[in-house]
Amino acid sequence: MSVRLRALAGYVLAAITVAPLVWLLVSVLKPADELFQVSVPSRLTLDNLLYVLTEVPIGRYMLNSAVVSVAVTVVALVLHSMAAYALARLRFPGRQVIFSVIVSTLLVSLPVILVPLFLVARQLGLLDTYAGLILPAIFHAFGIFLLRQYYLTIPRELEEAADLDGCGYFRRWWQVVVPLSRPILASLSVLFFLANWNAFLWPLTATRDPDLRMVQVGIATLQGQYGSAWNYVLAATVVAAVPTLIAFVLGQRRLVEAIKTSGLK
Amino acid sequence: MAISVDPGTVVSKPPDAAPPVWTRRRREALAGYAFVAPDLIGLLIFVGLPMVLALGVSLFSVDGFGGYTFVGLDNFRQMAGDTQLWQSVKVTFTYMVTFVPIGFVVSLGLALLVRDHFPGVGLVRTMFFLPHVISLVVVGVVWQFLLVDKQGAVPALLRPFGLGEVSFLGNPALALGSLVAISIWFLMGYQMLILLGGLKDIPKEYEEAARVDGATAWQRFRHVIWPLLRPTSFFVLVNSTVGAVTGLQAFDLVYVLTKGGPAGSTSTVVFYIYQQAFTFNNYGYAAALTTAVVAFLVVATGLMFGATKGGRFDVG
Repeated sequence: MSVRLRALAGYVLAAITVAPLVWLLVSVLKPADELFQVSVPSRLTLDNLLYVLTEVPIGRYMLNSAVVSVAVTVVALVLHSMAAYALARLRFPGRQVIFSVIVSTLLVSLPVILVPLFLVARQLGLLDTYAGLILPAIFHAFGIFLLRQYYLTIPRELEEAADLDGCGYFRRWWQVVVPLSRPILASLSVLFFLANWNAFLWPLTATRDPDLRMVQVGIATLQGQYGSAWNYVLAATVVAAVPTLIAFVLGQRRLVEAIKTSGLK
Repeated sequence: MAISVDPGTVVSKPPDAAPPVWTRRRREALAGYAFVAPDLIGLLIFVGLPMVLALGVSLFSVDGFGGYTFVGLDNFRQMAGDTQLWQSVKVTFTYMVTFVPIGFVVSLGLALLVRDHFPGVGLVRTMFFLPHVISLVVVGVVWQFLLVDKQGAVPALLRPFGLGEVSFLGNPALALGSLVAISIWFLMGYQMLILLGGLKDIPKEYEEAARVDGATAWQRFRHVIWPLLRPTSFFVLVNSTVGAVTGLQAFDLVYVLTKGGPAGSTSTVVFYIYQQAFTFNNYGYAAALTTAVVAFLVVATGLMFGATKGGRFDVG
């Protein structure tokens, strides 16, 4: 295919791909009674967005999501980095077995273990708490696996130099390995933040308290409550998508790198 | 900075000295365990324990208040006669065999399209990826809005073709197809990126050589690109197969878009398990279903690994 033809096909298909999202944005700015008219709106209005921001506790939902997403991301990165460093660099009996056990958990996705996980969380008193939203979301082998592969590529000499300077294992990890892995930690933080901001199934299952609703659960609840008041439901989705888009724009390059490497290595 | 002396490495010991209690090896092992422990314990509690627990709970009948009655294998026997379960297995299977291959072909097509530079190629790639950034809940709400019977944008667009009155989500025959199409729209940009990474690793010279030898575009794809892309394709296919059976799109999207309806036509297995547990409080039965799914996954993954000689998972 000639370059010009490929470019044209690319533009057309890309436009079709994002059309639903553009349509969403336009619809939110339309007056309610023109919502389903496929024509240029008679005027643009912020009423729908203002209604959602003032009459619906969407701020509360977003705050919950922000607290949980940031907490999970930070704690997960620290723990995964430590575990990955040990699995890549430190020698101890059982290391291979532990690594295999960790990797094998990649097989299991949340929907599969949802019911027993719920029973575990109930037994631990984690239902309807922030801890219940945060803790189960932290532990995932994907980050450990990716970080370990990265740490295998860091030259040993750097650590040996630190060793000669008298650094213990903790300082070698914190002062040598962590600073060197800033790029991949940044990539993973975008990935983790997005995954947790977009999380729906566990927050839906683990909370009944409206004050603990995370934003995706909030939208689904609105969808139930407001039924055919599409203008408000759509406005809420737009508001909820703003942080995702900001994270994406800020971390796009890193995100793309993380995804490409996760498919290859 | 104070310099502590690390026995065993830095300072050479006199040959006859007794080995210190804190040998280097023991210290390294201890540090290793300490570093791995938090993640390992967390994984054991929040992934391992639920898997084991599923097996245990599946032998009980559980009431809504947490009272357990031992029922042996009754829950497993119940599966055989559960027509709704088999309906959901059929839905999941149909979803899988349509979503995986079509999604792969679409993603590969997009990757080949945007592989080489043209003006604005970066923006085009970003636009293909954009749906994947949005949450599945938002994706579900948006498409439900676009597909609203008679009034939505999609029926409006199809009206000139005489298809404006078609009900996409209200018609059992079309609801699952819509779910597949929306899932592909959501996932294609992600798969495209992974395949793009694989394509970039194929040296340009190979294709040039084939071109010089007079190979057509199809021949170059068939005999140069496709064989070299196989590991990446394998990863993408395994990933999307597992995702189709047990992934979040098989739950989130169904929950927001159709709640499994109409007439169970979009009720996937994971959605059915959720309903059994949290709508009907049948935790024991739900645990039995979970056990069955885990067993299926273990066997299926074992077969896939065997067939591909372990894939290419652990390079380190």
